[in-house]
Amino acid sequence: MTTDSDIERAIRENHPALIAYITAGDPTLEETAEYVEALDRGGADLIELGLPFSEPIAEGPTIQAAINRSLEAGTTPDSFFELVDDLDVEAPLLVMTYYNMILQYGSEPAVEPFVERAADAGLAGIIVPDLPAEESEPLREACEDHGLDLVFIVAPTTDGERLETIMSQVSGFAYVQARLGTTGARADVSGATHDSLTRLSEYDVPKAVGFGVSEGDHAAEIVEAGADGVIVGSALVDLIAEKEGPATALEAKAEELKAGARRGAEDVPEPEQP
Amino acid sequence: MSDSDNKTSFGAYGGQYVPEALMPALEELEDAYERYVLENEDGFMDDFRARMREFGGRPTPLQRADRLSERYDCEVYLKREDLVHGGAHKLNNALGQVLLAKYMGKERIIAETGAGQHGTATAMAAAHLEMPCEIYMGRTDVNRQRPNVYRMRMNGAAVNPVDTGRGTLKEAINATLRDWSKSVETTHYVIGSVVGPHPFPKMVRDFQSVIGTEAREQIREQAGRLPDSVLACAGGGSNTMGAFHAFVGDEDVGLYAVEAGGSTLEIDEERGVAPNSATLSTGTDGVLHGAMTKLLQSGDGQIMESHSVSAGLDYAGVGPELSYLVDIGRVTPVSVDDEAALDAFHRLSRLEGIIPALESSHALGYLERAAGPAADDASGQRPRAEEHENLGDLVVVNVSGRGDKDLETVLEETEKRDLEAAPDVEVFDR
Repeated sequence: MTTDSDIERAIRENHPALIAYITAGDPTLEETAEYVEALDRGGADLIELGLPFSEPIAEGPTIQAAINRSLEAGTTPDSFFELVDDLDVEAPLLVMTYYNMILQYGSEPAVEPFVERAADAGLAGIIVPDLPAEESEPLREACEDHGLDLVFIVAPTTDGERLETIMSQVSGFAYVQARLGTTGARADVSGATHDSLTRLSEYDVPKAVGFGVSEGDHAAEIVEAGADGVIVGSALVDLIAEKEGPATALEAKAEELKAGARRGAEDVPEPEQP
Repeated sequence: MSDSDNKTSFGAYGGQYVPEALMPALEELEDAYERYVLENEDGFMDDFRARMREFGGRPTPLQRADRLSERYDCEVYLKREDLVHGGAHKLNNALGQVLLAKYMGKERIIAETGAGQHGTATAMAAAHLEMPCEIYMGRTDVNRQRPNVYRMRMNGAAVNPVDTGRGTLKEAINATLRDWSKSVETTHYVIGSVVGPHPFPKMVRDFQSVIGTEAREQIREQAGRLPDSVLACAGGGSNTMGAFHAFVGDEDVGLYAVEAGGSTLEIDEERGVAPNSATLSTGTDGVLHGAMTKLLQSGDGQIMESHSVSAGLDYAGVGPELSYLVDIGRVTPVSVDDEAALDAFHRLSRLEGIIPALESSHALGYLERAAGPAADDASGQRPRAEEHENLGDLVVVNVSGRGDKDLETVLEETEKRDLEAAPDVEVFDR
């Protein structure tokens, strides 16, 4: 068996893990650095940074708006990587972006230059919402070459052979999409989450649930249902959009979510350390 | 010839770059496409063709354009897709997909629309087949295409304005994909062109290929041989692939995809704006809306805002099969600017009594540029300039739609310009 990556280790050692998403460059890259530190202090065990793409087809209104703010502020792949170069936080960092941004990073359309630069910047993994397993071979190989994890999304509609394929290719963790639709904070946890976690229970890959998680109680319920981590994005992006000096609010929200996740774990035995 | 080794792609183009949640739906659609469209299961294609005949008005004529033939010193034939029910080729695809959704047991139709042509065709097809239908349309387009919005509402479709971005086609596609990713189990997305993830580019092409199949038979009957060239405008490329598909194997037939040159082919990288939609002529390879294809994009990979006086050509991407056919040299991409298209709009109206869509006017604009009196005179080459020579002696132009929908734009844009073929409208009080 291969050794755990930084991401898997961060999830197993801090079980149940809190995975926080914010859009880099919303509203500026300087502020993103501040927010990442606040989330790290508040107990986020992994942090996903969105690199904005002009056509974010998997995002709901909250993150679409954040992406627009970031693009208007002039965020580019290069300025994004410079931000990551300078970040010094305990939580491993992942980049979440669309496939075209990865392809266009070099002088010719190819995935290698982006992955190489991501590894240089110290990123631990990549999530690409518009790259299904069928199209992922070039990126998967580049990620393997550079020691990065490539996280795949498992949707409520994913089962049978597709699930097998994805789970054989995933690294880091499986991103379990809690419900159909786009990202965005919601008031409840869907039944689809329970079904998905049941389907995934036989696979020895950490499972983290995202899409719609916004409160500590959701985190508790999701962990209780068998997740190894919860992913929170839109609820954090909302705080950035709404609050003056959102760093404090982000730290407090991370604490609330992490405490919720822990509460959910009290009733379930910790998985065995490999 | 256009199919390559991998069945989801055309050479390096195509594929399925979509969120995982949509993949099972694409698998289901692929299966339905193969069974119903390719294998005519349950008589699907017979049903489709009968409806296109009775409801849609097919076949459309191939008409010899006498004045154009004289002007361009070659035989010019027009494929009259403007005579399809609804006024454009769009119904060929919309009716095919709504019918397919019905055969698949789907309960609801969604579609994007730019100027509203695909939206109105889908709304008509949905009304004809009693399917609930919702159309996503950018806010800017809703405001500038009020008659089309009203037509969709009259046919019973809901129209959902999209407020993000510039509020045009690209944003409408994003919004429709988002709807589909939550409604995929009950809903079919009727995509409006030969774009998007597999199997859409092939399926839409197959529904549209009736254009070229008819034209190929008609020209052999009427002119006694295959044409030297076929001209069609290209935005996303559905009328283009529809017109070309039957001719792709006829290697002596030149295929010209005429793109919107907008105001200029120069790109404003700083503002992220391409003042044209000439994707095949100037674009670079990338992934948009589910497919690898040629795109108007910045060096970083952000998609540009495109432009054309013709809303139906105004798109930063293009069908992957066209990208492939251009790369292997089978299709020649050319472009004409807004002004040439407007001029051609007026010329066909005046000379032949046919008001063409502004989209189709681009194909006619290229004919004027390549073979018009100015082309040969300006170059001093007689009797023919090189582009004229290349088009040959027997030319088919696809008139993809009628131009009544464009009159407001044409009035406004014609006033700003000194167009050779434009009518005198002094009759209006200023």
